[in-house]
Amino acid sequence: MVHQILFIIFGLICVAGAINLLVQRHPINSALSLVVVMSSLALIYLLLGAEFVAAIQVIVYAGAIMVLFVFVIMLLNAGAEERTKGSHIALLMGVPAVTVVACVVGWIMVSQRHEFGEVGISPTNFGKTEAIAQLLFKDFLLPFEITSVLILIAIMGAVVLGKKES
Amino acid sequence: MNTVDLKTYILVAVIKIALVIFILLTGVAYTTLLERKLVARIQNRWGPTRVGPFGLLQPLADGVKFILKEDMVPDSVHKGLYILAPMLALAMSLIAIAVIPFGESVAVRNLTLPLQITGVAHADGSLSDINIGLLIILGATSIGVYGVALAGWSSNSKYSLLGSLRASAQMISYELALGLSLVGVLLLAGSLSLRSIVDSQIQGGRWLGFLPHWYIFPQLIAFFIYLMAAFAETNRIPFDLPEAETELVAGYHTEYSAMKFAMFFMAEYVNMFTVGCLATLLFFGGWHGPALPFLPPILQMLLPVFWFALKVFFFIFLYIWIRGTLPRFRYDQLMAFGWKFLLPLAIVNIIVTSFIVAWRA
Repeated sequence: MVHQILFIIFGLICVAGAINLLVQRHPINSALSLVVVMSSLALIYLLLGAEFVAAIQVIVYAGAIMVLFVFVIMLLNAGAEERTKGSHIALLMGVPAVTVVACVVGWIMVSQRHEFGEVGISPTNFGKTEAIAQLLFKDFLLPFEITSVLILIAIMGAVVLGKKES
Repeated sequence: MNTVDLKTYILVAVIKIALVIFILLTGVAYTTLLERKLVARIQNRWGPTRVGPFGLLQPLADGVKFILKEDMVPDSVHKGLYILAPMLALAMSLIAIAVIPFGESVAVRNLTLPLQITGVAHADGSLSDINIGLLIILGATSIGVYGVALAGWSSNSKYSLLGSLRASAQMISYELALGLSLVGVLLLAGSLSLRSIVDSQIQGGRWLGFLPHWYIFPQLIAFFIYLMAAFAETNRIPFDLPEAETELVAGYHTEYSAMKFAMFFMAEYVNMFTVGCLATLLFFGGWHGPALPFLPPILQMLLPVFWFALKVFFFIFLYIWIRGTLPRFRYDQLMAFGWKFLLPLAIVNIIVTSFIVAWRA
């Protein structure tokens, strides 16, 4: 019961943050809305019992990455954006497409609802730090290492590009 | 899982929160006095002496002054964010305290109350706390950066903006070193829960037969890195560039006055406390200390809290001592120190520690 109430609260905050992200005209406000979205996502992970993922979501996404976003916006001193009228293609294609996708997803959810299991705090080791460590460093060691090499390459690329300009 | 019902749990939690915040903010107020007194002593002055005996009522007078001062909001600030920023800074620094255990537990009637806001007592009398306590502290600190960053930006002033740019760059850089310095301790303890980290320091016997089994001894390098990074995270001298008064007036809180300024001030000091508590828990055996069997039972119960407070006091003292002693870093020195010295050192420490842990296992 408490779980459901909390889920609804954080779900609503999350959606409200996402809408606010689009509506706001100033980049800083949009970035902060994204922080709200990410933090409430973290709380939803926490409700599922995935505590480690929740903490990492806050530290890495809401903390480090978004602080960098805000930092860059502050550094460039970006002002409020001007609104355009919007393109006709977006209006003609985008709105029907979104409606169709939303309808399909909703229809699947409703018609197949008996197929879905319930998710709650599981008594097992699911989502605990040890379980994730087992997965990352034992079962999926190779993909994990390859991903880290990929990120390293991206960092080096950024350094090279940064050097070139000066 | 927990033995008490929800209503009792919430009631107890609210009482604990109120108590902790009251004690903490009183502590913060008196730390300012301690700081003024100590720095004065270091500089061969008296410090505040006029309000009350030895100036003991000075924090009270300061508090009254902050509350009664006119709350100025400059004309061209971004008002929403300008008001949000100090609240965010203070709230996040207080959230971090919620996961810190101050001692074992106290028994009130038939309830076992862990001395920790988020602690839970089980039916068999054992205590547990959040598995990811340490990560919550790191998370709260990383969100707290927004308080400082937004304060500077929303003030719409050069000095504030420069201060907050410095602050966010500095806090992101040193958060890495801070987080990595803790990994060594985590490898030895095998848990992220602060309570089990403390327990694992007590169950381990003694180093070399006489030293307590505190993690400071095997993790001296990690402690050094932690201490440096913690000074930078809390924007204290010698890393107080975000508010370097000789260059930036007062940095990110230049445009703030009255209670809003006081909130930044409180946030900074609460962060000092958090950092001190964390160092106590991770490196200095938490609330454990020599037993004093001659004390009456009621004092026996509070003895762990006393040891804890004493260790935290040591760190607060160290903070002030260093403030009175060291000059400020230059900005490039600060960045080079963080990225080129502390970070590699922390990584080397992790590698060596993991090899030793793997070899012993």
